[in-house]
Amino acid sequence: MAILEAKAVRKSYDGREVVAGIDLALRKGECYGLLGPNGAGKTTTLRMLLGLTAPDSGSIELLGHPVPQAAREGRIRVGVVPQMDNLDPDFTVSENLLVYGRYFGMKESEVAARLPKLLEFAALETRGDARIQALSGGMKRRLVLARALVNDPELIFLDEPTTGLDPQARHLMWERLRLLLRQGKTILLTTHFMDEAERLCDRLAIIDHGRMLAEGTPPALIAEHIEPEVVEVYGEGVEAWFAGHAKALSARAEIHGETAFCYLQDAEPLVANLKGFAHLRFLHRRANLEDLFLKLTGRDMRE
Amino acid sequence: MIEALLAGRWIAVWRRNYLVWRKLAAASIAGNIIDPLFYLLGFGLGFSTMIPEVEGVRYIAFLAGGTICYTTMLAASFEALYSGFARMHVQRTWEGIMNAPVSLEDVVLAEWVWAASKSLLSGTAILLVAIALGLSQSWTMVLIVPLAFLIGLCFAGMGLVMTAIAKSYDFFTYWFTLVLTPQMLLCGVFFPLSGLPGWVQAIASALPLTHAIAIGRPLFLGQWPQDGLLHAAVLAAWGFAGFALALRLLRRRLLA
Repeated sequence: MAILEAKAVRKSYDGREVVAGIDLALRKGECYGLLGPNGAGKTTTLRMLLGLTAPDSGSIELLGHPVPQAAREGRIRVGVVPQMDNLDPDFTVSENLLVYGRYFGMKESEVAARLPKLLEFAALETRGDARIQALSGGMKRRLVLARALVNDPELIFLDEPTTGLDPQARHLMWERLRLLLRQGKTILLTTHFMDEAERLCDRLAIIDHGRMLAEGTPPALIAEHIEPEVVEVYGEGVEAWFAGHAKALSARAEIHGETAFCYLQDAEPLVANLKGFAHLRFLHRRANLEDLFLKLTGRDMRE
Repeated sequence: MIEALLAGRWIAVWRRNYLVWRKLAAASIAGNIIDPLFYLLGFGLGFSTMIPEVEGVRYIAFLAGGTICYTTMLAASFEALYSGFARMHVQRTWEGIMNAPVSLEDVVLAEWVWAASKSLLSGTAILLVAIALGLSQSWTMVLIVPLAFLIGLCFAGMGLVMTAIAKSYDFFTYWFTLVLTPQMLLCGVFFPLSGLPGWVQAIASALPLTHAIAIGRPLFLGQWPQDGLLHAAVLAAWGFAGFALALRLLRRRLLA
Protein backbone atom coordinates (compact mmCIF):
# COMPACT_ATOMS: atom_id res chain seq x y z
CA MET A 1 0.00 0.00 0.00
CA ALA A 2 1.23 3.48 -0.79
CA ILE A 3 2.12 5.71 2.18
CA LEU A 4 1.09 8.73 0.18
CA GLU A 5 -0.77 8.71 -3.09
CA ALA A 6 -1.83 11.51 -5.42
CA LYS A 7 -3.82 11.06 -8.60
CA ALA A 8 -4.26 13.68 -11.32
CA VAL A 9 -3.93 16.56 -8.88
CA ARG A 10 -4.46 20.02 -10.32
CA LYS A 11 -4.42 23.55 -8.94
CA SER A 12 -4.84 26.94 -10.58
CA TYR A 13 -4.38 30.45 -9.22
CA ASP A 14 -6.02 33.30 -11.11
CA GLY A 15 -6.41 31.17 -14.23
CA ARG A 16 -2.75 30.07 -14.20
CA GLU A 17 -2.28 26.36 -13.72
CA VAL A 18 0.44 25.91 -11.09
CA VAL A 19 0.00 22.16 -10.73
CA ALA A 20 -1.21 20.59 -13.94
CA GLY A 21 -1.89 16.96 -13.19
CA ILE A 22 0.56 15.26 -10.82
CA ASP A 23 0.48 11.55 -9.98
CA LEU A 24 2.72 10.00 -7.39
CA ALA A 25 2.78 7.10 -4.97
CA LEU A 26 5.33 6.79 -2.18
CA ARG A 27 6.39 3.36 -0.96
CA LYS A 28 7.16 2.72 2.65
CA GLY A 29 10.77 3.41 3.57
CA GLU A 30 11.84 5.17 0.42
CA CYS A 31 13.16 8.67 -0.11
CA TYR A 32 11.25 10.29 -2.94
CA GLY A 33 12.45 13.56 -4.43
CA LEU A 34 10.52 16.30 -6.17
CA LEU A 35 12.96 18.24 -8.31
CA GLY A 36 12.15 21.34 -10.23
CA PRO A 37 13.25 24.91 -10.85
CA ASN A 38 11.81 27.77 -8.78
CA GLY A 39 8.12 28.18 -9.48
CA ALA A 40 7.75 24.64 -10.85
CA GLY A 41 4.91 23.90 -8.42
CA LYS A 42 6.85 21.95 -5.76
CA THR A 43 5.68 23.88 -2.72
CA THR A 44 2.06 24.03 -3.91
CA THR A 45 2.19 20.28 -4.42
CA LEU A 46 3.47 19.76 -0.88
CA ARG A 47 0.76 22.03 0.54
CA MET A 48 -1.91 20.03 -1.26
CA LEU A 49 -0.46 16.71 -0.09
CA LEU A 50 -0.59 17.97 3.51
CA GLY A 51 -4.15 19.22 3.11
CA LEU A 52 -3.27 22.88 3.59
CA THR A 53 -4.66 23.79 0.18
CA ALA A 54 -7.50 22.01 -1.58
CA PRO A 55 -6.73 20.78 -5.11
CA ASP A 56 -9.12 21.89 -7.87
CA SER A 57 -9.39 18.27 -8.95
CA GLY A 58 -7.78 14.90 -8.39
CA SER A 59 -7.49 12.78 -5.27
CA ILE A 60 -4.94 12.47 -2.46
CA GLU A 61 -4.52 9.88 0.26
CA LEU A 62 -2.14 10.57 3.15
CA LEU A 63 -1.36 7.52 5.30
CA GLY A 64 -4.72 6.10 4.31
CA HIS A 65 -6.73 9.27 5.00
CA PRO A 66 -8.45 11.18 2.21
CA VAL A 67 -7.05 14.71 1.81
CA PRO A 68 -8.12 17.44 2.37
CA GLN A 69 -11.26 15.98 4.04
CA ALA A 70 -9.36 14.04 6.72
CA ALA A 71 -5.98 15.74 6.36
CA ARG A 72 -5.78 16.44 10.08
CA GLU A 73 -5.99 12.72 10.88
CA GLY A 74 -3.33 12.05 8.24
CA ARG A 75 -0.97 14.63 9.70
CA ILE A 76 -0.95 12.91 13.10
CA ARG A 77 1.78 10.57 11.78
CA VAL A 78 3.54 13.11 9.56
CA GLY A 79 6.48 15.42 10.24
CA VAL A 80 7.15 18.58 8.24
CA VAL A 81 10.33 20.57 7.73
CA PRO A 82 9.22 23.77 5.99
CA GLN A 83 11.32 25.73 3.55
CA MET A 84 11.66 28.69 5.92
CA ASP A 85 12.44 28.14 9.58
CA ASN A 86 9.49 28.95 11.80
CA LEU A 87 10.88 28.09 15.20
CA ASP A 88 9.43 29.99 18.13
CA PRO A 89 11.93 32.79 18.82
CA ASP A 90 10.57 33.36 22.34
CA PHE A 91 11.38 29.82 23.42
CA THR A 92 14.50 27.83 24.15
CA VAL A 93 15.49 24.78 22.09
CA SER A 94 13.78 22.37 24.52
CA GLU A 95 10.67 24.52 24.86
CA ASN A 96 10.27 24.53 21.09
CA LEU A 97 10.10 20.73 21.14
CA LEU A 98 7.83 20.51 24.19
CA VAL A 99 5.34 23.05 22.89
CA TYR A 100 5.28 21.43 19.45
CA GLY A 101 4.54 18.04 20.96
CA ARG A 102 1.35 19.45 22.48
CA TYR A 103 0.00 20.20 19.01
CA PHE A 104 -0.06 16.43 18.48
CA GLY A 105 -1.96 15.94 21.71
CA MET A 106 1.11 14.44 23.36
CA LYS A 107 1.46 14.52 27.12
CA GLU A 108 4.21 16.64 28.62
CA SER A 109 5.87 13.54 30.12
CA GLU A 110 5.74 11.76 26.77
CA VAL A 111 7.60 14.57 25.00
CA ALA A 112 9.98 15.05 27.91
CA ALA A 113 10.93 11.37 27.65
CA ARG A 114 11.74 11.77 23.96
CA LEU A 115 13.58 15.06 24.45
CA PRO A 116 17.14 13.75 25.08
CA LYS A 117 17.00 11.54 21.98
CA LEU A 118 15.65 14.37 19.84
CA LEU A 119 18.36 16.76 21.05
CA GLU A 120 21.00 14.13 20.40
CA PHE A 121 19.62 13.53 16.93
CA ALA A 122 19.86 17.26 16.21
CA ALA A 123 23.41 17.33 17.67
CA LEU A 124 22.15 19.90 20.18
CA GLU A 125 22.59 17.86 23.39
CA THR A 126 24.25 20.73 25.21
CA ARG A 127 22.00 23.40 23.76
CA GLY A 128 18.66 22.49 25.31
CA ASP A 129 18.41 25.77 27.19
CA ALA A 130 19.83 27.93 24.43
CA ARG A 131 17.74 30.64 22.85
CA ILE A 132 16.90 30.26 19.17
CA GLN A 133 18.72 33.46 18.26
CA ALA A 134 21.95 31.94 19.57
CA LEU A 135 21.82 29.03 17.09
CA SER A 136 23.62 28.88 13.73
CA GLY A 137 21.68 28.26 10.52
CA GLY A 138 22.61 24.57 10.52
CA MET A 139 21.57 24.15 14.16
CA LYS A 140 18.20 25.78 13.51
CA ARG A 141 17.64 23.52 10.53
CA ARG A 142 18.44 20.42 12.59
CA LEU A 143 16.15 21.64 15.36
CA VAL A 144 13.32 22.05 12.84
CA LEU A 145 14.03 18.46 11.75
CA ALA A 146 14.00 17.26 15.37
CA ARG A 147 10.74 19.13 15.91
CA ALA A 148 9.26 17.31 12.90
CA LEU A 149 10.16 14.02 14.63
CA VAL A 150 8.54 14.86 17.96
CA ASN A 151 5.48 12.73 17.14
CA ASP A 152 7.58 9.82 15.79
CA PRO A 153 6.14 10.23 12.26
CA GLU A 154 6.02 7.55 9.57
CA LEU A 155 6.37 10.05 6.78
CA ILE A 156 8.51 13.19 6.74
CA PHE A 157 8.07 16.10 4.34
CA LEU A 158 11.20 18.16 3.72
CA ASP A 159 10.92 21.34 1.68
CA GLU A 160 14.44 22.29 0.52
CA PRO A 161 16.06 21.11 3.74
CA THR A 162 19.60 22.33 3.08
CA THR A 163 19.08 25.60 1.22
CA GLY A 164 21.35 28.24 2.71
CA LEU A 165 23.53 25.84 4.72
CA ASP A 166 27.31 25.57 4.51
CA PRO A 167 28.87 22.29 3.28
CA GLN A 168 29.55 20.95 6.79
CA ALA A 169 25.98 21.58 7.90
CA ARG A 170 24.61 20.04 4.69
CA HIS A 171 26.61 16.84 5.17
CA LEU A 172 25.44 16.51 8.76
CA MET A 173 21.83 17.03 7.62
CA TRP A 174 22.20 14.34 4.93
CA GLU A 175 23.71 11.94 7.43
CA ARG A 176 20.71 12.46 9.72
CA LEU A 177 18.25 11.92 6.89
CA ARG A 178 19.97 8.67 5.91
CA LEU A 179 19.71 7.61 9.55
CA LEU A 180 15.95 8.19 9.41
CA LEU A 181 15.69 6.14 6.23
CA ARG A 182 17.57 3.30 7.91
CA GLN A 183 14.99 3.45 10.72
CA GLY A 184 12.33 2.78 8.11
CA LYS A 185 10.90 6.30 7.79
CA THR A 186 9.55 7.45 4.46
CA ILE A 187 10.76 10.81 3.15
CA LEU A 188 9.33 13.18 0.60
CA LEU A 189 11.92 15.79 -0.30
CA THR A 190 11.90 18.81 -2.55
CA THR A 191 15.20 20.25 -3.63
CA HIS A 192 16.94 21.98 -6.47
CA PHE A 193 20.31 20.60 -5.47
CA MET A 194 21.13 17.72 -7.77
CA ASP A 195 23.88 16.34 -5.56
CA GLU A 196 21.40 16.21 -2.68
CA ALA A 197 18.86 14.34 -4.78
CA GLU A 198 21.49 11.96 -6.12
CA ARG A 199 22.76 11.15 -2.64
CA LEU A 200 19.44 10.70 -0.90
CA CYS A 201 16.66 9.81 -3.29
CA ASP A 202 15.67 6.25 -4.14
CA ARG A 203 13.27 7.63 -6.70
CA LEU A 204 12.58 11.09 -7.93
CA ALA A 205 10.35 13.08 -10.20
CA ILE A 206 11.38 16.10 -12.20
CA ILE A 207 8.59 18.63 -12.41
CA ASP A 208 8.31 21.88 -14.27
CA HIS A 209 5.35 24.14 -15.03
CA GLY A 210 3.29 21.94 -12.73
CA ARG A 211 3.87 18.79 -14.80
CA MET A 212 5.87 15.69 -14.10
CA LEU A 213 8.49 15.40 -16.85
CA ALA A 214 10.16 12.17 -15.71
CA GLU A 215 10.09 9.77 -12.80
CA GLY A 216 12.33 6.90 -11.71
CA THR A 217 15.55 5.98 -9.91
CA PRO A 218 18.41 8.44 -10.54
CA PRO A 219 20.60 5.96 -12.51
CA ALA A 220 17.67 4.75 -14.60
CA LEU A 221 16.58 8.29 -15.40
CA ILE A 222 20.09 9.28 -16.42
CA ALA A 223 20.46 6.15 -18.56
CA GLU A 224 17.10 6.73 -20.18
CA HIS A 225 17.52 10.39 -21.08
CA ILE A 226 21.25 11.19 -21.23
CA GLU A 227 24.31 9.78 -22.97
CA PRO A 228 26.64 8.18 -20.37
CA GLU A 229 29.61 10.51 -20.80
CA VAL A 230 29.98 14.27 -20.83
CA VAL A 231 32.88 16.49 -21.84
CA GLU A 232 32.73 20.16 -20.92
CA VAL A 233 35.08 22.31 -22.99
CA TYR A 234 35.98 25.92 -22.29
CA GLY A 235 38.72 28.47 -22.91
CA GLU A 236 39.82 30.89 -25.64
CA GLY A 237 38.49 29.88 -29.08
CA VAL A 238 35.95 27.33 -27.86
CA GLU A 239 33.34 28.64 -30.33
CA ALA A 240 35.57 27.92 -33.31
CA TRP A 241 36.40 24.43 -32.03
CA PHE A 242 32.73 23.78 -31.33
CA ALA A 243 31.72 24.77 -34.85
CA GLY A 244 34.41 22.62 -36.42
CA HIS A 245 34.57 19.46 -34.32
CA ALA A 246 32.01 19.09 -31.53
CA LYS A 247 28.97 18.01 -33.52
CA ALA A 248 30.83 15.41 -35.52
CA LEU A 249 32.37 13.73 -32.47
CA SER A 250 29.41 13.92 -30.05
CA ALA A 251 25.99 12.32 -29.94
CA ARG A 252 24.68 15.71 -28.83
CA ALA A 253 26.46 19.00 -28.25
CA GLU A 254 25.47 22.48 -27.21
CA ILE A 255 27.23 25.68 -26.25
CA HIS A 256 26.14 27.93 -23.42
CA GLY A 257 28.05 31.07 -22.61
CA GLU A 258 31.71 30.09 -22.87
CA THR A 259 31.30 26.37 -22.28
CA ALA A 260 30.57 23.62 -24.79
CA PHE A 261 28.72 20.59 -23.44
CA CYS A 262 29.32 17.40 -25.42
CA TYR A 263 27.26 14.30 -24.60
CA LEU A 264 28.61 11.01 -25.91
CA GLN A 265 28.47 7.22 -25.72
CA ASP A 266 32.28 7.08 -25.76
CA ALA A 267 34.40 10.12 -25.11
CA GLU A 268 37.75 8.68 -26.34
CA PRO A 269 37.77 10.17 -29.87
CA LEU A 270 36.69 13.60 -28.61
CA VAL A 271 39.30 13.65 -25.84
CA ALA A 272 41.96 12.61 -28.39
CA ASN A 273 40.85 15.42 -30.66
CA LEU A 274 41.03 17.95 -27.77
CA LYS A 275 44.68 17.05 -27.15
CA GLY A 276 45.38 18.92 -30.37
CA PHE A 277 43.97 22.16 -28.96
CA ALA A 278 46.33 23.13 -26.16
CA HIS A 279 44.53 26.41 -25.48
CA LEU A 280 41.27 24.62 -24.62
CA ARG A 281 40.59 23.14 -21.22
CA PHE A 282 38.13 20.34 -20.67
CA LEU A 283 36.44 18.23 -18.03
CA HIS A 284 35.56 14.63 -18.82
CA ARG A 285 32.96 13.13 -16.48
CA ARG A 286 30.02 10.77 -16.24
CA ALA A 287 26.56 12.09 -16.93
CA ASN A 288 24.73 13.13 -13.79
CA LEU A 289 21.33 14.32 -12.62
CA GLU A 290 22.13 17.92 -13.38
CA ASP A 291 22.57 17.06 -17.06
CA LEU A 292 19.21 15.34 -16.99
CA PHE A 293 17.60 18.22 -15.14
CA LEU A 294 18.91 20.83 -17.55
CA LYS A 295 17.94 18.73 -20.55
CA LEU A 296 14.36 18.41 -19.32
CA THR A 297 13.79 21.87 -17.86
CA GLY A 298 16.02 23.94 -20.14
CA ARG A 299 18.75 26.40 -19.29
CA ASP A 300 16.68 29.56 -19.10
CA MET A 301 16.85 31.49 -15.86
CA ARG A 302 13.77 31.27 -13.62
CA GLU A 303 13.09 34.27 -11.48
CA MET B 1 -16.74 26.74 16.01
CA ILE B 2 -18.51 24.81 18.76
CA GLU B 3 -16.98 21.60 17.46
CA ALA B 4 -13.48 23.10 17.47
CA LEU B 5 -14.07 24.52 20.93
CA LEU B 6 -15.08 21.12 22.30
CA ALA B 7 -12.32 19.23 20.49
CA GLY B 8 -9.90 21.32 22.54
CA ARG B 9 -6.98 21.33 20.12
CA TRP B 10 -6.95 25.11 20.47
CA ILE B 11 -5.81 24.72 24.08
CA ALA B 12 -2.29 23.70 23.03
CA VAL B 13 -2.07 26.87 20.93
CA TRP B 14 -3.46 28.99 23.77
CA ARG B 15 -0.88 27.47 26.09
CA ARG B 16 1.89 28.38 23.68
CA ASN B 17 0.88 32.03 23.86
CA TYR B 18 0.46 31.82 27.61
CA LEU B 19 3.98 30.40 28.01
CA VAL B 20 5.43 33.29 26.01
CA TRP B 21 3.46 35.73 28.15
CA ARG B 22 4.64 34.08 31.35
CA LYS B 23 8.25 34.50 30.29
CA LEU B 24 7.71 38.20 29.78
CA ALA B 25 5.04 38.60 32.45
CA ALA B 26 6.85 41.06 34.69
CA ALA B 27 7.19 43.66 31.95
CA SER B 28 3.70 42.95 30.66
CA ILE B 29 1.99 43.34 34.04
CA ALA B 30 3.97 46.49 34.82
CA GLY B 31 2.72 47.94 31.52
CA ASN B 32 -0.82 46.83 32.32
CA ILE B 33 -0.74 48.65 35.61
CA ILE B 34 1.42 51.70 35.03
CA ASP B 35 -0.34 53.05 31.96
CA PRO B 36 -3.89 53.11 33.41
CA LEU B 37 -2.50 54.22 36.75
CA PHE B 38 -1.11 57.37 35.14
CA TYR B 39 -4.45 58.00 33.48
CA LEU B 40 -6.29 57.59 36.73
CA LEU B 41 -3.97 59.73 38.78
CA GLY B 42 -3.36 62.33 36.08
CA PHE B 43 -6.92 62.86 34.90
CA GLY B 44 -8.60 61.75 38.07
CA LEU B 45 -6.73 63.96 40.49
CA GLY B 46 -6.34 66.77 37.97
CA PHE B 47 -10.01 67.02 37.04
CA SER B 48 -11.38 66.35 40.48
CA THR B 49 -10.32 69.85 41.54
CA MET B 50 -12.73 71.18 38.89
CA ILE B 51 -15.32 68.37 38.96
CA PRO B 52 -15.62 67.00 42.45
CA GLU B 53 -18.55 64.69 41.62
CA VAL B 54 -20.11 63.12 38.54
CA GLU B 55 -23.47 61.39 38.76
CA GLY B 56 -23.17 61.35 42.51
CA VAL B 57 -19.69 59.74 42.78
CA ARG B 58 -16.15 61.07 43.03
CA TYR B 59 -14.77 61.86 39.58
CA ILE B 60 -11.76 59.56 40.01
CA ALA B 61 -14.06 56.63 40.84
CA PHE B 62 -16.28 57.49 37.87
CA LEU B 63 -13.19 57.57 35.66
CA ALA B 64 -11.85 54.28 37.05
CA GLY B 65 -14.96 52.38 35.91
CA GLY B 66 -14.47 53.67 32.36
CA THR B 67 -10.71 53.23 32.35
CA ILE B 68 -10.96 49.55 33.22
CA CYS B 69 -13.18 48.92 30.18
CA TYR B 70 -11.02 51.03 27.90
CA THR B 71 -7.81 49.33 29.06
CA THR B 72 -9.21 45.85 28.47
CA MET B 73 -10.32 46.96 25.01
CA LEU B 74 -6.76 48.02 24.21
CA ALA B 75 -5.21 44.87 25.69
CA ALA B 76 -7.25 42.59 23.41
CA SER B 77 -6.72 44.84 20.41
CA PHE B 78 -2.94 44.95 20.72
CA GLU B 79 -2.83 41.19 21.13
CA ALA B 80 -5.12 40.39 18.18
CA LEU B 81 -3.52 42.91 15.85
CA TYR B 82 0.19 43.32 16.51
CA SER B 83 0.99 40.07 18.29
CA GLY B 84 -1.42 38.04 16.17
CA PHE B 85 0.06 39.44 12.98
CA ALA B 86 3.57 38.65 14.22
CA ARG B 87 2.58 35.04 14.84
CA MET B 88 0.68 34.69 11.57
CA HIS B 89 2.93 36.56 9.16
CA VAL B 90 6.29 37.58 10.58
CA GLN B 91 7.30 34.54 12.62
CA ARG B 92 5.13 32.05 10.67
CA THR B 93 4.17 30.45 13.95
CA TRP B 94 0.72 29.53 12.63
CA GLU B 95 2.25 27.78 9.64
CA GLY B 96 4.32 25.60 11.94
CA ILE B 97 1.27 24.78 14.06
CA MET B 98 -0.88 23.91 11.05
CA ASN B 99 1.70 21.38 9.86
CA ALA B 100 0.72 19.48 12.98
CA PRO B 101 -2.81 18.04 13.25
CA VAL B 102 -4.28 21.42 14.16
CA SER B 103 -6.59 23.32 11.81
CA LEU B 104 -6.70 27.01 11.03
CA GLU B 105 -9.97 27.22 12.94
CA ASP B 106 -8.26 25.83 16.04
CA VAL B 107 -5.48 28.40 15.69
CA VAL B 108 -7.79 31.40 15.20
CA LEU B 109 -10.03 30.24 18.04
CA ALA B 110 -6.97 30.03 20.29
CA GLU B 111 -5.85 33.53 19.27
CA TRP B 112 -9.31 34.88 19.98
CA VAL B 113 -9.56 33.32 23.42
CA TRP B 114 -5.96 34.22 24.19
CA ALA B 115 -6.47 37.91 23.36
CA ALA B 116 -9.56 37.89 25.60
CA SER B 117 -7.43 36.27 28.31
CA LYS B 118 -5.00 39.16 27.99
CA SER B 119 -7.96 41.48 28.61
CA LEU B 120 -8.85 39.50 31.66
CA LEU B 121 -5.30 39.72 33.00
CA SER B 122 -5.08 43.40 32.27
CA GLY B 123 -8.55 44.14 33.68
CA THR B 124 -7.73 42.25 36.86
CA ALA B 125 -4.45 44.14 37.26
CA ILE B 126 -6.06 47.55 37.03
CA LEU B 127 -8.93 46.45 39.23
CA LEU B 128 -6.41 45.63 41.94
CA VAL B 129 -4.85 49.05 41.48
CA ALA B 130 -8.27 50.69 41.87
CA ILE B 131 -8.89 48.70 45.02
CA ALA B 132 -5.47 49.67 46.38
CA LEU B 133 -6.33 53.30 45.71
CA GLY B 134 -9.49 52.81 47.71
CA LEU B 135 -11.76 53.69 44.79
CA SER B 136 -14.21 50.86 45.28
CA GLN B 137 -15.17 48.45 48.00
CA SER B 138 -18.28 46.81 46.59
CA TRP B 139 -18.37 43.10 45.86
CA THR B 140 -20.05 43.64 42.46
CA MET B 141 -16.71 44.66 40.98
CA VAL B 142 -15.60 41.02 41.09
CA LEU B 143 -17.91 40.60 38.09
CA ILE B 144 -15.62 42.94 36.16
CA VAL B 145 -13.21 40.01 35.79
CA PRO B 146 -15.56 37.98 33.53
CA LEU B 147 -16.69 41.23 31.91
CA ALA B 148 -13.07 41.97 30.97
CA PHE B 149 -12.97 38.60 29.21
CA LEU B 150 -16.17 39.41 27.31
CA ILE B 151 -14.86 42.85 26.30
CA GLY B 152 -11.72 41.03 25.14
CA LEU B 153 -13.74 38.62 22.98
CA CYS B 154 -15.58 41.56 21.46
CA PHE B 155 -12.55 43.61 20.46
CA ALA B 156 -10.29 40.65 19.66
CA GLY B 157 -12.93 39.27 17.30
CA MET B 158 -13.11 42.56 15.44
CA GLY B 159 -9.35 43.02 15.63
CA LEU B 160 -8.70 39.64 14.01
CA VAL B 161 -10.57 40.89 10.93
CA MET B 162 -7.94 43.62 10.61
CA THR B 163 -5.15 41.10 11.11
CA ALA B 164 -6.68 38.93 8.39
CA ILE B 165 -6.45 41.70 5.81
CA ALA B 166 -3.27 43.46 6.98
CA LYS B 167 -0.22 43.61 4.73
CA SER B 168 2.01 45.10 7.42
CA TYR B 169 1.93 46.55 10.93
CA ASP B 170 1.37 50.06 9.52
CA PHE B 171 -2.18 49.15 8.59
CA PHE B 172 -3.16 48.83 12.24
CA THR B 173 -2.70 52.56 12.81
CA TYR B 174 -6.03 53.08 10.99
CA TRP B 175 -7.83 50.77 13.36
CA PHE B 176 -6.43 52.55 16.39
CA THR B 177 -6.92 56.13 15.18
CA LEU B 178 -10.24 55.65 13.34
CA VAL B 179 -11.97 53.03 15.48
CA LEU B 180 -10.53 52.67 18.96
CA THR B 181 -9.49 56.22 19.88
CA PRO B 182 -12.90 57.67 18.89
CA GLN B 183 -14.55 55.09 21.12
CA MET B 184 -12.35 56.14 23.99
CA LEU B 185 -13.52 59.74 23.46
CA LEU B 186 -17.17 59.12 22.57
CA CYS B 187 -18.27 56.21 24.70
CA GLY B 188 -18.17 57.78 28.13
CA VAL B 189 -14.76 56.87 29.55
CA PHE B 190 -14.03 60.41 30.71
CA PHE B 191 -17.49 61.98 30.97
CA PRO B 192 -21.10 60.85 31.15
CA LEU B 193 -22.83 60.32 27.80
CA SER B 194 -25.98 62.03 29.06
CA GLY B 195 -24.39 65.46 28.66
CA LEU B 196 -23.65 64.97 24.94
CA PRO B 197 -25.88 66.04 22.01
CA GLY B 198 -28.49 63.52 20.92
CA TRP B 199 -26.78 62.61 17.66
CA VAL B 200 -23.48 61.87 19.43
CA GLN B 201 -25.37 59.66 21.86
CA ALA B 202 -26.95 57.85 18.93
CA ILE B 203 -23.55 57.12 17.41
CA ALA B 204 -22.13 56.14 20.77
CA SER B 205 -24.94 53.69 21.43
CA ALA B 206 -23.90 51.71 18.35
CA LEU B 207 -20.29 51.39 19.52
CA PRO B 208 -19.28 48.39 21.63
CA LEU B 209 -17.24 50.31 24.21
CA THR B 210 -20.42 52.17 25.27
CA HIS B 211 -22.01 48.84 26.11
CA ALA B 212 -18.91 47.68 27.95
CA ILE B 213 -18.96 50.80 30.11
CA ALA B 214 -22.72 50.49 30.65
CA ILE B 215 -21.96 47.25 32.49
CA GLY B 216 -18.52 47.94 33.90
CA ARG B 217 -19.02 51.30 35.55
CA PRO B 218 -22.07 50.37 37.66
CA LEU B 219 -20.40 47.12 38.73
CA PHE B 220 -17.35 49.06 39.78
CA LEU B 221 -19.43 51.53 41.76
CA GLY B 222 -21.43 48.85 43.48
CA GLN B 223 -24.63 49.23 41.43
CA TRP B 224 -26.46 46.66 39.35
CA PRO B 225 -26.27 47.58 35.63
CA GLN B 226 -29.51 48.35 33.81
CA ASP B 227 -30.14 46.03 30.84
CA GLY B 228 -26.86 44.30 31.65
CA LEU B 229 -27.63 41.17 29.65
CA LEU B 230 -28.64 43.22 26.63
CA HIS B 231 -25.34 45.12 26.71
CA ALA B 232 -23.44 41.87 27.15
CA ALA B 233 -25.29 40.43 24.16
CA VAL B 234 -24.18 43.37 22.01
CA LEU B 235 -20.54 42.80 23.02
CA ALA B 236 -20.83 39.09 22.31
CA ALA B 237 -22.50 39.75 18.94
CA TRP B 238 -19.70 42.04 17.78
CA GLY B 239 -17.14 39.52 18.97
CA PHE B 240 -18.72 36.49 17.32
CA ALA B 241 -19.39 38.33 14.07
CA GLY B 242 -15.79 39.50 14.01
CA PHE B 243 -14.44 36.03 14.69
CA ALA B 244 -16.60 34.45 11.99
CA LEU B 245 -15.60 37.05 9.39
CA ALA B 246 -11.93 36.86 10.38
CA LEU B 247 -11.96 33.08 9.99
CA ARG B 248 -13.46 33.36 6.51
CA LEU B 249 -10.89 35.94 5.45
CA LEU B 250 -8.02 33.96 6.95
CA ARG B 251 -9.11 30.80 5.14
CA ARG B 252 -8.93 32.73 1.90
CA ARG B 253 -5.57 34.22 2.82
CA LEU B 254 -3.78 31.17 4.20
CA LEU B 255 -5.47 28.08 2.77
CA ALA B 256 -6.08 29.16 -0.86
